[in-house]
Amino acid sequence: MLSKYEVVIGLEVHVQLTTDTKIFCHCATRFGNQPNSQTCPVCLGLPGALPVLNKKVVDYAILTGLATHCAIAPRSLFARKNYFYPDLPKGYQISQFELPICEHGRLEIDTQEGERKTIGITRIHMEEDAGKLLHDSGTGSRVDLNRACTPLMEIVSEPDMRSSDEAIAYLKKLHQIVVYLGVCDGNLEEGSFRCDANVSLRPRDQKEFGTRAELKNINSFRFIKQAIDYEVERQAEILDDGGRVTQETRLFDTATGTTRSMRGKEEAHDYRYFPDPDLVPLLVSEDWIEEIRKSLPELPEVKIDRFVTEYGIPRYDAEVLAAERATADYYDALVKEQGNGKLCSNWVMGEVQRALNESGLPVTECPVAPQQLAGLLKRIEDNTISGKIAKQVFDGMWQSGRDADTIIEQQGLRQVSDLGTIEPIIDQILAANPEQVAEFRAGKEKLLGFFVGQAMKLTKGKADPAALNEVLVRRLKAEG
Amino acid sequence: MSLTDLTLHAMQKRLQDKELTSVELTRAFLDRIAAVDGRINAYLTVTGEQALTDAALADRRLAEGRGDALTGIPVALKDIFVTEGVRTTCASRILDNFIPPYDGTAVARLKAQGAVLLGKLNMDEFAMGSSNENSGFGPVRNPWNPDYVPGGSSGGSAACVAARMAAATLGTDTGGSIRQPAAHCGVVGLKPTYGRVSRYGVIAYASSLDQVGPLARDVEDCAMLLQAVAGHDPADATSVDLPVVDYRASLKDGVKGLRIGLPEEYFIEGLDPEVHKAVEQAIASLRALGAEFVQISLPHTDYALACYYLIATAEASSNLARYDGVRFGQRVDRGEGLIDMFMQSRAAGFGPEVKRRIMLGTYALSSGYYDAYYLKAQKVRTLIRQDFLAAFEKVDVLLTPVAPTPAFKLGEKTADPLQMYLSDIFTIPVNLAGTCAMSLPCGLSAEGLPIGLQLIGRPFDEATLLRAGYAFEQAGDWHQRPAPL
Repeated sequence: MLSKYEVVIGLEVHVQLTTDTKIFCHCATRFGNQPNSQTCPVCLGLPGALPVLNKKVVDYAILTGLATHCAIAPRSLFARKNYFYPDLPKGYQISQFELPICEHGRLEIDTQEGERKTIGITRIHMEEDAGKLLHDSGTGSRVDLNRACTPLMEIVSEPDMRSSDEAIAYLKKLHQIVVYLGVCDGNLEEGSFRCDANVSLRPRDQKEFGTRAELKNINSFRFIKQAIDYEVERQAEILDDGGRVTQETRLFDTATGTTRSMRGKEEAHDYRYFPDPDLVPLLVSEDWIEEIRKSLPELPEVKIDRFVTEYGIPRYDAEVLAAERATADYYDALVKEQGNGKLCSNWVMGEVQRALNESGLPVTECPVAPQQLAGLLKRIEDNTISGKIAKQVFDGMWQSGRDADTIIEQQGLRQVSDLGTIEPIIDQILAANPEQVAEFRAGKEKLLGFFVGQAMKLTKGKADPAALNEVLVRRLKAEG
Repeated sequence: MSLTDLTLHAMQKRLQDKELTSVELTRAFLDRIAAVDGRINAYLTVTGEQALTDAALADRRLAEGRGDALTGIPVALKDIFVTEGVRTTCASRILDNFIPPYDGTAVARLKAQGAVLLGKLNMDEFAMGSSNENSGFGPVRNPWNPDYVPGGSSGGSAACVAARMAAATLGTDTGGSIRQPAAHCGVVGLKPTYGRVSRYGVIAYASSLDQVGPLARDVEDCAMLLQAVAGHDPADATSVDLPVVDYRASLKDGVKGLRIGLPEEYFIEGLDPEVHKAVEQAIASLRALGAEFVQISLPHTDYALACYYLIATAEASSNLARYDGVRFGQRVDRGEGLIDMFMQSRAAGFGPEVKRRIMLGTYALSSGYYDAYYLKAQKVRTLIRQDFLAAFEKVDVLLTPVAPTPAFKLGEKTADPLQMYLSDIFTIPVNLAGTCAMSLPCGLSAEGLPIGLQLIGRPFDEATLLRAGYAFEQAGDWHQRPAPL
């Protein structure tokens, strides 16, 4: 089936911004409070109330535009999108239509075939969210306007994606960027990152796009993939039967994994967009853009390259570490203090990640600071302790908050490496295991591990493995 | 002379000289309202008790020497101003039961000065109309002759001043809604430059045109009221951050050497001869005071009315979408679903003129018509503004009639909306240009109805406008003629 048709996908993503206050008033944007407790005349749409633009929202939109290589418009307009719905208090949504703040951007994704692909970003615009309807049985529906006037960014892609996998790769990349920038908390369940997908098919040899269906408001990556895959099959069947796909809006049903028609083209709203006369044109100066550019953090792609070249770690490690900005920052601080890139990446991806997972803490609340962890890793490098003992010390640090050196001294974990202490222990082991000694000398060199284990047992793991090895090999071979 | 016949500035002097208390003054106005408003219907809500409480507070403030310009002065507001705890209807049945939880900026500024609010005034529903016959609560009658309309949409505000039921009032002007009723009622009305007074807390009709302004007994009173409410407001993105000058300081500087333009497009056939004559006499009077007159042209005047009825209605169709019966105001719910509830609430709540303008505006913004109507109207608007700016290169002030005729009879034009719209033909261009203008009484018709003179000023140059108006006014006595109520 898929050999016959090419899939064409364009995505519209609504990103809820993390500003403290709403886009056109001073009300808080916190999630989960008492219904209608975060409202004022402006976000209630009371007669006489007027919107005033929150400058922080513009900062965030410019920042996102710069991160996705958009052109930032020196002059942009807010427009009214008119429609009636009980969760829309003014009877119109303030959005941007003509002249959005950002246009002509792009994003790089890695396809499953391992290739780099550029996805165009048509535009990014700012708008306000609507409220929420609460349906209770019997007493009817109620309106909670806490969310009304919450700032959103709508990011519209070009129809550049050719499979659901590419769509997911794009979404994950975009999600990573907005979270990296700190403009969005990235919480999919709470609706901070919502997606509409435009899906169409065309015969492989056809230039023009086919008729598209718009899949609405899907809030998990898994569902988006399911919805697109279902829609592709549905449309292919229609085309195979010689039918025509209708242009319509379709809802994804998470229970059945299918999509169903919500409204057709003939029922489509005429939103009667026009420039909002309550808001003056938004003028963005070069200085403003430059000021924002200075605050632009290092983005994942650049960070990964830097980790590889500067710290000499494998690309895989760099990708894992750079996936989340806080983890990358932790790693960066650790290497700057400690120096050994690979040792540090092993520890962050290993022990630190494990401990965080077990405790359910985010890396920003890690009880062992990068400087403290560096102190521990230095003791591995200078042979004060072994890697194995280091894990024990790390657990101690995690629980007590104390430094590595303190714990090593208090618990007497310093590695035993002087030969005066090791030789007698080895004498004791060789004497107690004559059979194994004989086997080793007969060529079963694998038994070295057995002797090391015995020595570790006797030293409670504190013996320096290198010194131990050296002495063991010398003694076993010398007397053979 | 009764207390209610005093001008605002005379009241202020007596209050500050302790010759009069605000409570006495407020009682006098409440008595006057009780005595005459049954014949006028200017007030939709009288807040008598609260007014007396506020008057007592004002008296204490004056006694302590902490009085401001308007402390203790009884004023009233067009019912388009949102007032905390006081019913605000915009003269619409759809807001019959609406009690706002907040004060708008202009109201808050009046309250901060210690002005006493007597109540809320009748108007055309949602400020749409030129005769006050479009009120959901009955028409206002002209204090000069109750068979005639007071003009609109701030008909209640103008009639209230003319009938001495408040020291002064605030109105709003979108296409002439302060100036035209001021002219028909023989009072002074000022529409400031767009952006001079905050619109926060003013129920929107057409956001890019609406502007708050005073209606008062004379020019000085207007200046005082404007002084109290003018100035930048961070809560209104379209309010302009320019300093507010002392409007009374230059009031008496005269008009010697002032260049006044006479736009040829405003002295046309169809202009009532009595109006024409009164305006000619005003020109002669100002010339005698030393003003110089220049013939000028505002070539795009002919397109102003059409342009206005596209832009204003387009904005209104969107501004009035919030009256849906969901959160406040009247709801009609037959239990037949959401869309039905929206439609029935709006069908029952809005009057015919409001519905007409919502339909017009919705059409003008519709997909496929937007470019031909709304966008083109915006381009015409720019040309009209350029006409005015070009004229102001040559002259300081423009002089025109306010309305083509004196007040007309109730019911005379209700059957023909287009005839009604023509009442605003000389005032609408000023709103489209965004500049300031005022209406001054300049004569009486043979039937004893007032005639208004319009002076139009440069953007944000209300001071010159007031100075010219004052010079004209003081040279005659039209502003002192009381309505024969």
